[in-house]
Amino acid sequence: MIKISDQEKLDAFQARIDADEKIEPREWMPENYRKTLIRQISQHAHSEVIGMQPEGNWVLRAPSLRAKKILLAKIQDEGGHGLYLYSAAETLGITRAEMIQQLQEGKAKYSSIFNYPSLTWADMGAIGWLVDGAAIVNQTMLAKCSFGPYSRAMLRICKEEGFHQRQGYEIMGNMMSGTPAQKEMAQDAMNRWWWPSLMMFGPPDSESPHTAESMKWKIKIESNDKLRQRFIDRTVEQAHHIGLTVPDEQLKYNKETLHWEIGPINWEEFKNVVKGNGPCNHQRMTHHIHYHKEGSWVREAAIAYQKNMEKKESLLIPN
Amino acid sequence: MEQNNQLAQWEVFVQEKSGKPYEHAGSIHASDKKMALQNARDIYTRRNEGRSLWVVPTDFIAATDRDDEAEFFDPAEDKTYRTPNFYKMPKGSTNI
Repeated sequence: MIKISDQEKLDAFQARIDADEKIEPREWMPENYRKTLIRQISQHAHSEVIGMQPEGNWVLRAPSLRAKKILLAKIQDEGGHGLYLYSAAETLGITRAEMIQQLQEGKAKYSSIFNYPSLTWADMGAIGWLVDGAAIVNQTMLAKCSFGPYSRAMLRICKEEGFHQRQGYEIMGNMMSGTPAQKEMAQDAMNRWWWPSLMMFGPPDSESPHTAESMKWKIKIESNDKLRQRFIDRTVEQAHHIGLTVPDEQLKYNKETLHWEIGPINWEEFKNVVKGNGPCNHQRMTHHIHYHKEGSWVREAAIAYQKNMEKKESLLIPN
Repeated sequence: MEQNNQLAQWEVFVQEKSGKPYEHAGSIHASDKKMALQNARDIYTRRNEGRSLWVVPTDFIAATDRDDEAEFFDPAEDKTYRTPNFYKMPKGSTNI
């Protein structure tokens, strides 16, 4: 058996990535590839789960049975997306219990957008349209990621997100064709969610610490700024179509590049929210910990049941 | 560290249509077959993605090691006579 050096392993790994091969969990991978993916996938999973909170705030106050049904289905989807992603991260050798613990101890992050409150029904429109819209742009790229389980989870998620974005845009459209008060409410939600959703793509490329390595390994395929621009171009047109104003005085269309150009993003605010000082950081985490504890009897009961069944010639063992 | 209280892991395979192969969809946690099937349905087939499900405890799956890929699969390489286009057909003959 010839001993293969680390450098040779690394070169062979890079060659597979360059040839657009997918990496599967049991295969050799650089430690940093594994770590980066665990960080990114678990952060993504936590975002889906925490993202259920601002929407859960409106289930009991949805304006019609149709709207309530849709909102419930959407929240169930977010929970499901969290589970796909936790499963994908687990293939890298971390347990779900560890990931949840890291979240609750503040060691793992989730998207800072969910630290903003959902104040009115129009926020359900803005979140679906803008926040899920930004997520789709990001996730469509991640479906091409080099890690097999993540890429496959993303394909599945992208198929489902289309509904979220459309139901949000429908809510905004309906409100914009309603009474002056409804229009005002929709515009107010637009004003509050526009900038945070642009921040969802992360810091500018010049300040993004992980981008270079992540792109070399095809964990990311496109840069933050490029994805952000794609989202802006698609969304500005949609906003104008239903009569919403984009809350940016410097917004203008560049006829040469065919892109919408925006004014400066307030990155100080972004950093502040990431640090834990957003309007709802504390509330989101307290809520998560509270219900995680309150639900512990369900997990304990399931484990006790499993042990009982094992004693009675387990259902676990195929017969 | 909190103990791992997330139950056993199962792999989920979904058959999209009658006659199609069962494809791996992802994994779930469950304490027994019944819970595994219900969780698999709730997580992976909310939009009629399948008509039938298999769930298998992850530990029960044996897999090849990618490092042994060449050694494991190369017996197939020198048996091209197993494919129809290995054979020469007489000129003018038609396929069956």
